[in-house]
Amino acid sequence: MVVNLSVPEYLFELYVAGDDLRSRTAINTLTAMCDERLAGRYGLEVIDVLLHPERAESAKILATPTLVRREPAPGVRVIGDLSLTRSVLARLGVPVDDGAPRPRDPRRGS
Amino acid sequence: MKWTVMPKAKTGIPGLDNITRGGFPLGRTVVVAGTAGSGKTVLAAQFLQGGIELGEPGVFVSCEESPANIRRNVRGFGWDVEAWESTDSWAFVDATRSLDGTTIQMGPYDLAGLLARIEAAVTRMGAARVVIDSLDGLFDQFGEDADLRVELHRLVARLAKLGVTTVITTERDNDYGALSRRGVDEFVTDNLILLRNVLTAEKRRRTLEIVKFRGTSHGTGEFGFSVNGTGITVIPHLDITNDRVLTDERITTGNDALDAMVDGGLFRDSIALVSGAAGTGKTLMTTLFMAAGVRMGERCLLVAFEERREQLYRSARGWGIDFESMEQDGLLKIVAVYPEVSTLEEHLVTIASHVDGFRPTRVAIDSLSALERVGTRGGFSKFIVSLAAFLKHRAVTALLTSTTPTFLGGTSHTESHLSTVTDLIVLLRHSEVGDRLRRGLVVLKMRGSRHDKEIREFTVDSMGMHIGPAFPPSPGLMAEVHQLPADDDEDREPDTG
Repeated sequence: MVVNLSVPEYLFELYVAGDDLRSRTAINTLTAMCDERLAGRYGLEVIDVLLHPERAESAKILATPTLVRREPAPGVRVIGDLSLTRSVLARLGVPVDDGAPRPRDPRRGS
Repeated sequence: MKWTVMPKAKTGIPGLDNITRGGFPLGRTVVVAGTAGSGKTVLAAQFLQGGIELGEPGVFVSCEESPANIRRNVRGFGWDVEAWESTDSWAFVDATRSLDGTTIQMGPYDLAGLLARIEAAVTRMGAARVVIDSLDGLFDQFGEDADLRVELHRLVARLAKLGVTTVITTERDNDYGALSRRGVDEFVTDNLILLRNVLTAEKRRRTLEIVKFRGTSHGTGEFGFSVNGTGITVIPHLDITNDRVLTDERITTGNDALDAMVDGGLFRDSIALVSGAAGTGKTLMTTLFMAAGVRMGERCLLVAFEERREQLYRSARGWGIDFESMEQDGLLKIVAVYPEVSTLEEHLVTIASHVDGFRPTRVAIDSLSALERVGTRGGFSKFIVSLAAFLKHRAVTALLTSTTPTFLGGTSHTESHLSTVTDLIVLLRHSEVGDRLRRGLVVLKMRGSRHDKEIREFTVDSMGMHIGPAFPPSPGLMAEVHQLPADDDEDREPDTG
C-alpha cells in the first residue's frame, strides 16, 4: 500500500479488534480490493481498538471490524469482515472485476 | 435461617434502597425494563448520580439519545452532568448511530469496539457504576441477530470482571405482558426490575416491581413512585404495627371542652381523624388545632386540598384567628394544593418534603377525602398507610379530616382505610333531633386513654366551637357510631405502658 504525499482520492480507516482471523480477513480483503481497483489512489489506516480505544471513541466505533471511508465525502461505514460480498459472488461464479472470472490467489485471504 | 448478606450498591433513590434491602447487587447487572416514558432513563441516571454522591464515578453509555440530550433532559432534576464530566465523575460513551450515513453490514462482526470504549472509560475514571441506555438503541443499529445477544453476554461478563455495578435499560411494549421486547432479560441477567406507567380508570400510576434479584431478598409486588423535581422517589410499603403511643405528653386540640372529653388532650405524636360532612366544623377544628400550636410557639403545617389560601384566611378571621400574620411570623405554613394535578405518590412526596423542610410539630390535612378521587382504591389505601407511617416516623401530631359522603353521616372510604392507623377519631355529624337539625360530636375512639363516650351537641359561632351537654338518648342518633369497625382498645382503661 503506497500513497503519494498529497491526500489520496480514497481514504479508508479500518477499525479492528486485535489480530484475530476476523481482523486479518477484513484487512486482507480490503487491501486486495483496493490494490485491484484503486491502485495508487487510496490510503488505508488500520487501527486496533484494543490498543487505541481513544481512536474508537472519537470515531464512535461500536462494531468491529468497521471500515470508514473518509474520502471522498460523505462518510460511509461498513461493518463486518468484508467477506460477504466476495464469497457470495465467488459462489455464484461471478467475476469480481470487469473481466473474466479470476483464479483465486492462494496468497490472499478470501 | 441465616441469610448471607450480599453486598449492595446504594442507589440513593429514596425508597428504592429500602425495598432492595440496601441497593443493587454489587458488581452485577440489573436490567430495568419498561414501556416508553416509564422512567427508565431517569432511574439509570439517578443511579449514577447516587454513586457520585458516594464518591463513585460512573459511565453512561448512551445508545438512543445523544449525550447532549441526556444532559439537557436531566437538568430539570438539578443534576449538572457537565460539572460532573469536568471532574471526571461522569463520562459518556456515545453509542448512538453514527452520522456517517447508513451503516452497511458485510460479514460477521462483534461489538469489541463498544466494549473497548466502555472498558477504557471505566479504567480511566476508576468507575464503579455503568449504565447502558438502552439495549434497543443497539438492536436498532445492529439488527436482530443472534450475534448481538452473544455480544451482550460478553459485555455483561466483561463488566462483571471489571467489578462495576451495571444498569441496562430495555423497552417493553406493554405494561403487562412480555417481560421485554427483545427477550434479552431472560438470559442476560439475574436481576430484573419492571417500571410501569399504567392507566386505570382515567388515572395514571407509576409503579416499580422487582421481578427477581438473584441471591437476595427484596420487596415484592408493585410499589408506587413519583418523578418530581429531584428525580424518582419510590414509596415503600411500611408495616403498620399496632404501636402503643410512646409518650404520655398531651397537647391541646385547641378546644378545652374537647380536651376534657379525651382526658386532657391529644397525645403528642398521635394521629387524629376528624370526620364530618361539609359544614359540620372540620375546618374550624383544623383552624383551632393550628392556632393553638402557634400560640405555644410550635411550628404548624396546614395542607389544604379543598380551599384556597385566601378562603382559609377569611374563614379563620371569622373566628378571630389571623392566619396571615401567623404565616408571616413563620410559625404557620399553609400549603394549598389542587388534588387533581398530581398522583397520590406525588402528593405524598410533596407533603413529606414540606414536613422535612419546615419541620413542624403539628400537621393538619384538610381534607384527605379530596384525594380519594385522584387514585384508585388500592392506591388510596397504600397512600393512607404510607402517610400515617411517615407522620408517625417524623413524630408530628397530626390532625386529618375526612368528608363523609352524605349529609347525615355514613362512612367514607378515607375512614375505612384510616381507622386502624389513627389514634383518635372524632365524628362531627348533623342529626335530626326533634324538629331541628343539630350538630353532634362524639369521640369514637382514643387509643391509650379514657374518653367521653357520649354524643354531645355543639354549636359554632364567631367565637369558635362550643361543646355542650350530651344529647338525650335517641334511637337512630348517629346510628353509624356503632357500625364503624370496632377497635380493640376502645373500652379498655389505659395501661401504664
